[in-house]
Amino acid sequence: MAVGKEIRVKIASVQNTQKITRAMEMVATSKMRKAQERMRATRPYAEKMRNVIAHVAESNSEYRHPFLVSRPVRRVGVIVVSTDRGLCGGLNSNLFRQLIQQIKRWQGEQVEFEFCTVGRKAAQFFQRIGGKVTGQVSKLGDQPHIEQLIGAVKIMLDAYIDKSIDEIYVASNDFVNSMTQKPTLEQLVPLKAQDSSSLPAHWDYIYEPEAKEVMDHLLTRYIESLVYQRVVENIACEQAARMVAMKSASDNAGKLIKELQLIYNKARQAAITQELAEIVGGASAV
Amino acid sequence: MSSIHVDIVSAEREIFSGDAAMVFAPAVLGEVGIAPGHAAMLTRMGPGEVRVQLPSGEQQAFYVSGGMLEVQPKVVTVLSDTAIRAHDLDEAAVLKAKQEAEDTLKDRSGKLDIAKAQAEIAELAAQLQTIQRLRRRAGG
Repeated sequence: MAVGKEIRVKIASVQNTQKITRAMEMVATSKMRKAQERMRATRPYAEKMRNVIAHVAESNSEYRHPFLVSRPVRRVGVIVVSTDRGLCGGLNSNLFRQLIQQIKRWQGEQVEFEFCTVGRKAAQFFQRIGGKVTGQVSKLGDQPHIEQLIGAVKIMLDAYIDKSIDEIYVASNDFVNSMTQKPTLEQLVPLKAQDSSSLPAHWDYIYEPEAKEVMDHLLTRYIESLVYQRVVENIACEQAARMVAMKSASDNAGKLIKELQLIYNKARQAAITQELAEIVGGASAV
Repeated sequence: MSSIHVDIVSAEREIFSGDAAMVFAPAVLGEVGIAPGHAAMLTRMGPGEVRVQLPSGEQQAFYVSGGMLEVQPKVVTVLSDTAIRAHDLDEAAVLKAKQEAEDTLKDRSGKLDIAKAQAEIAELAAQLQTIQRLRRRAGG
């Protein structure tokens, strides 16, 4: 019976799509778990470093590192952390929407801006809307390494030291839980003053070679590690968002299949009824 | 026997955490040995081996490609780099990131068309779907 061939083909194709989305959902779930672990693993380094920096800043009050001193803002730099791949719900577009609002605010305040992108989606975004992009890193994979980010961070830090930009921000997603990701914009440089009042500095380190050099080194590493943390967190967000998006895609495909099946059955019934009517009609005519 | 707490961490993970009788680290000005009660010290490390002598006398060695060493009388923290860092290598990374941004900019016209076309296709597909749905509703 040739009835509803198109419908059957359509059902098969939706079923195939559903298989794919279901597989992607499962892959994203397992990757998310790994990414979360990686997120946790980056914390001790930054924490230890924060303690050391707070102490050094406290005990070396005569030397103020430029990264710790704020100045009037005429131009800001933003490191935009995005994903490399799509199919992860509104993750990137939410981030960009928030960023555009901030850009408008800056425009209102006559503040200029430039960007450094991490991930392909951010690069494509700025390609579309324009804007000065000074550096770009992409294809980080699921397991990013800090050395992949050095270039992008250093461009910004160099620009800050040259005083061509006065503040550095990082825009990325916050992993609240696997259902919720929050786009955030965090100020990176100058570093916010830490409340180091809790540890009275009666002692100081022996510095080798010199306090200034050690501080330089330390702060650069610290900022790199902060950006790295944001990137790792964003990957966890990406996987979580993809998991949710693929789950709803699978559900929708299920609904679509049900609907199509109903239409197919109706068409089949109609064809049978018609055939019967024809036979009966034919018989009574004889 | 007194001991000193040692943490070895890199930006990507925690490598070692535990008590030690003695720690040796490759500081830039020469290798240092740190026993419990050492004066507070902060120094950079070059590439080399961090050796941790456990209280049991056993030794564990970790390769670091550089980083920072923080010493307090009771705690030693090794903030290790995961990669070999040198000024010119960092510069190369900067150039690479800049190059990539410029390449994207140059390609703008070509790739923009593709992006635009993709957007248009997506829009048309959505319209088509709506039309189909309307037609189905009208028919069924």
